[in-house]
Amino acid sequence: MNKIVFKEKLSEEVFHFVVEAPQIAENVKPGQFLVVQQGGDGDERIPLTVADHDVEKGTVSMVFQAVGESTHRLALLNEGDYIGHVLGPLGTPSEIENFGHVVCVGGGIGLAPLYPIAKALKEKGNKVTIIAGARNKDLLVMMKEHKSVDPNIIITTDDGSLGLKGVVTVPLKELCEKGDVDRVIAIGPPIMMKFCEKTTKEFNIPTIVSLNTLMVDGTGMCGCCRVQIGDKTKFVCVDGPDFDAHLVDWDNMFARMGTYKEQEKEAHHKCHIDLQLEEGKA
Amino acid sequence: MNRAKEHTEIMKNQDPSVRINNMNEVALGYTKEQAILESERCLNCKTKPCVNGCPVGIDIPKFLSEAAVGDFDKALSTIKESSLFPSICGRVCPQEKQCQKECTVGKMHKSVDEAVAIGRVERFVADYERENGKESKPVIAKKTGKKVAIVGSGPAGAACAADLAKNGHEVHIFEALHEAGGVLTYGIPEFRLPKAIVKKEFENLEALGVKIHLDTLVGRTRSIDQLMNEDGFNAVFIGSGAGLPNFLNIPGENAVGVLSANEYLSRINLMKAYDTSISRTPYPRAKRVAVFGAGNVAMDASRTARRLGAESVAIIYRRGEEEVPARKEEVAHAKEEGIEFMLLHAPKEILTDENGRVKGVVLYECKLGEPDASGRRRPEIIQGSEKVYDCDLVLVAIGNASNPLIKMTTPEIETNQRGNFIVNPDTLETSMKGVYAGGDIVLGAATVILAMGQGRKAAAAINKYLAE
Repeated sequence: MNKIVFKEKLSEEVFHFVVEAPQIAENVKPGQFLVVQQGGDGDERIPLTVADHDVEKGTVSMVFQAVGESTHRLALLNEGDYIGHVLGPLGTPSEIENFGHVVCVGGGIGLAPLYPIAKALKEKGNKVTIIAGARNKDLLVMMKEHKSVDPNIIITTDDGSLGLKGVVTVPLKELCEKGDVDRVIAIGPPIMMKFCEKTTKEFNIPTIVSLNTLMVDGTGMCGCCRVQIGDKTKFVCVDGPDFDAHLVDWDNMFARMGTYKEQEKEAHHKCHIDLQLEEGKA
Repeated sequence: MNRAKEHTEIMKNQDPSVRINNMNEVALGYTKEQAILESERCLNCKTKPCVNGCPVGIDIPKFLSEAAVGDFDKALSTIKESSLFPSICGRVCPQEKQCQKECTVGKMHKSVDEAVAIGRVERFVADYERENGKESKPVIAKKTGKKVAIVGSGPAGAACAADLAKNGHEVHIFEALHEAGGVLTYGIPEFRLPKAIVKKEFENLEALGVKIHLDTLVGRTRSIDQLMNEDGFNAVFIGSGAGLPNFLNIPGENAVGVLSANEYLSRINLMKAYDTSISRTPYPRAKRVAVFGAGNVAMDASRTARRLGAESVAIIYRRGEEEVPARKEEVAHAKEEGIEFMLLHAPKEILTDENGRVKGVVLYECKLGEPDASGRRRPEIIQGSEKVYDCDLVLVAIGNASNPLIKMTTPEIETNQRGNFIVNPDTLETSMKGVYAGGDIVLGAATVILAMGQGRKAAAAINKYLAE
């Protein structure tokens, strides 16, 4: 049982929870994630990213978007409520070295797990440039934190409500063209990560993506999360979530992520009715 | 009067046409009368070959003679001297390869099927005592002040924990998942091992004073080092089980609709996806299913698929009937439920449609050659024999590799090439002082009872180590 000590609604369907989990806070490293099970007999296990942690307070922060039935129900919890089960930290931590100039690209709620990585890279002596993108300005999360790492953060929105109108790959390409980028980290919607990879490929820049596949146990037991990396099958939950972007079989990953699309759509629609939520709101 | 010459008592099962539409237990168990009649078949032979066949050495003739006179209390106590979870072992032990294989009565009849049905009596005794609330409270020794951490709440960890708690140690189990039980919970289906029974056994464990910490992945949430040096544990037992499901590495294996049996069974058993009225976890809906492998897990997966509405389910296995590793009873049950056995067939490739979803499997026919290292005849592919089996779901049940997590985070523990922990065979101590291991993490894929046996063996060694 983990108590929610702070809840914040970041946008229409995006939430920030700070949760008591002292053992996780003590051991978590940038790039790792959690699996949350709300506590009921029928609740799903959902992988969520860690946005921040506080060893002294014994808390971890998670930012999530209400996209399906389980996350919508999770979003209904309030400060003082308990989440039945929080497991972590899971996955292999991100590689934090002094690479030189690292460009960190975050899309939507991908900005949340990107923050601890960008911060650690900066502390390791890298020059860190952050590109933050989202559909609109409301979906740009953790901007204050990101600005503390890179005051000159580049912002893009699809609708032009803040920063450059357009997608993250435009400024990413411009940076790559300048020729001083040593490494790119991209975390966000799968399609964004794929296009970041396509962009950096022509410049031969090492690029890391953090994959957010389907999972069940999250501990290497089931293989639900497997992805094709080069000629090898890897498990995102133990081998990842970070992988060399240029080796990812994106089409296979997209197909696998859509395994339960029909059932999920049905459940999502039903939950908006059951929970009396307007579509697009949580 | 001894009834050894009589046939073994038949245990009633749910009718196949009924049970393929529900998740309830298939085997209905003996009646009291049957349990007594069957116990009377034991010859009480001096050499007790059955006891040697039992991995934990239960005094079988003794408990059968007690059951034969209707003294089920005593019978259960006798079993519990050696085995901690008879209601589980009575259901999932491969008795026909252990105690019953050695039984003199079976040999007399020249058929292991006619051996005294030891497992069924064991199951009856445990169920009878539980259902009548007559399970006796075990005696717990005086507190020793020593703390032991158990990693994993599967059969090995649970057995080890129970013994250590009875010896007065403070025992904490760390379980990664949100429910205790390991393979008993996520792996073995409800229709073979009702979860209410597993729950009851864990309640008993907690009544011994064992503390179970869920959602704790040792190696990540806490390291072995933290447990021993910061959290004050005097010894650790690792029963973390098998990990990483194996795949065949054939083309198409990462297609949509190819699942490890572990994933499929976890969705159904642990996440209760079969019960769509409560569960929010989806499972693949399928009409035609191919299951690779023919072990107990393959039987569990195929029979589950049948219950979830698959019209046809085929077990695909590269060897022959004799080599099928699953329990005889499971194979028989699977056949009754209409599972097709495509023996001497090996998958070559998985075919997909334009959306990356499974649409079939290309199979080779095989023939059996000379015996291989395992002593079984080696299957050989017949070139040019390819054919297509149409299906919309593939379940891969060909075993597990070892879980790499503790090895990765605790380099002091030596492992073999397969990643299994190397232990002292007498004490089950690893290369790290005070750290013991047992079950699948040591044995590779084994059985519930072997894991329990190792848990108990380690408990005895830990007990000794803590007394020093």
